[in-house]
Amino acid sequence: MRTLSERILGAPAGEYVDREVDIAFAHDGTGVLAREALREMGVERLPHPERLRLIFDHIVPANTGMTATLQAELREYARASGIELSDAGGGICHQVMSEGTIRPGMVVVGADSHTCTLGAFGAFATGMGATDMAAVWASGATWFRVPETIAVNLAGRLSGAAEPKDLALAYVANLGMEGATYRALEFVGDGAAGISMDGRLTLSNMAVETGAKTGMFYADPVTVRYLAEHGATVSPQAPEDCRYERTVDIDLDDIVPLVAVPHRVDTVREAEEVAGTHLDQVFVGTCTNGRYEDLARFARIVRGRKVAVRTVVVPASRAVLARAIATGVLADIVDAGCMVAPPGCGPCLGAHAGVLGEGEVCLSTANRNFKNRMGVGGEIYLSSVATAAASAITGVITVPEVV
Amino acid sequence: MQGIGPAICLGNDIDTDLIIAGRYLRTKDRSVWAEHAFEDLDPALAGRLRGAVIVAGRNMGCGSSREQAVVALREAGVAGVVAESFARIFFRNAVNVGLPVIEASVACTDGARVAFDLDAGWVEVNGKRYPARPLSERMVAILRAGGLVPYWRSWR
Repeated sequence: MRTLSERILGAPAGEYVDREVDIAFAHDGTGVLAREALREMGVERLPHPERLRLIFDHIVPANTGMTATLQAELREYARASGIELSDAGGGICHQVMSEGTIRPGMVVVGADSHTCTLGAFGAFATGMGATDMAAVWASGATWFRVPETIAVNLAGRLSGAAEPKDLALAYVANLGMEGATYRALEFVGDGAAGISMDGRLTLSNMAVETGAKTGMFYADPVTVRYLAEHGATVSPQAPEDCRYERTVDIDLDDIVPLVAVPHRVDTVREAEEVAGTHLDQVFVGTCTNGRYEDLARFARIVRGRKVAVRTVVVPASRAVLARAIATGVLADIVDAGCMVAPPGCGPCLGAHAGVLGEGEVCLSTANRNFKNRMGVGGEIYLSSVATAAASAITGVITVPEVV
Repeated sequence: MQGIGPAICLGNDIDTDLIIAGRYLRTKDRSVWAEHAFEDLDPALAGRLRGAVIVAGRNMGCGSSREQAVVALREAGVAGVVAESFARIFFRNAVNVGLPVIEASVACTDGARVAFDLDAGWVEVNGKRYPARPLSERMVAILRAGGLVPYWRSWR
């Protein structure tokens, strides 16, 4: 009679627990601060380096000499301390971890707010800050308050041009930017079974935009098959008849293409309502929508056509990029006139590779449209990949056709 | 644990991008973060932070897990942050760097005299007292030590 969080953390909601972690990762940004905190703590030897990962993704390759120096120091620390490093070009931390490392039932912490992405595997995966991460490096464990859980009950099937991102925007709008603060989300119901692993990762990714600690799916045959393809043998998780704090019902058949308008992720309109909005840039990628299915969907729409606005496409990982090359998806994207940047976070956090100028408008497949995030004075609209593709072709926000 | 200072009133959903923008993250020089705190919200704000108490609305510190946000406020000399509610990573980060955070619903005007007592569990604005939500025992211990690093050192 327990929620998935209660089962994995081994205590009822509301209790504080100390837990060993299975995997803990930090990136080139938070890793630097964690290393500093560890130094200040006076810790020299790490008890469990095999649980730790450093993954360079936020500003790769380095944009300035300072960034390069900080990355070089962290690279050297990884080598000296025995922490496995995914260096620049390997991809976004959450995507890299989704390619066979994270398994159902694991306790996963990442020094990045979107660590909730990995709840898609039925793991308890949550983000933390750098000093908390340093304590995990030093001990292999951390403390949690076991969260209450809100169920997002999915019925039916996505249809037409709607895709998991539209469903993600729909539940974020439904819950609001703080509707699930300190809670876990569980995506349940018959509708969940029909969503691919890439789609589940998109849905879990945006849990933190409602304030949630994590967004979880129960491992099922989709999970088992995906992980088998990535070299891991796992079993499904059977849901227990547990008590949720509340349940939000969403009928997938009702989902249409949606857009989050500046500057809040929970101000969501039907794409139809904002169609015609002028664009200066389209950005396809990130831990929300930079996976293979996303690039393939984008390529299907732009194939044989030309984009009318500068369009930056960033594969979420080297594996995604390699597959997109092998299947011809990348050639379609390049032939359509898009720029392709190295695997990583790209311009999502406004540091490089597509920063917006004053007054510029970007349609992005990312998860945040906070004011000035991609550049001072820039405006960010968030959409699905199909809406981004249709809009790249016309240069204005455009409702995607059913492909 | 107590604090006192003039209020700087902010609204709801102040995200960590607004507290310290992504373009300033790549350094280990903490004074840079203090200098550019809230730059995209109001460039004049950084100059008023020393000794002040930030009083925010709901969902303070949402978004990115960047710890530079709480370090920026601490380095700028902020005495504490009062908010109706906090985003959870920001809240935990603040405690970990020794920045007092107080969950309370208060009526605020810029410059009002704000005092808080975390142990007793109250906030006062211009003499009017409001209850504050108590912190967990461990969080109080970490804050009392001055943050997770000193807490760790004393505990080991």
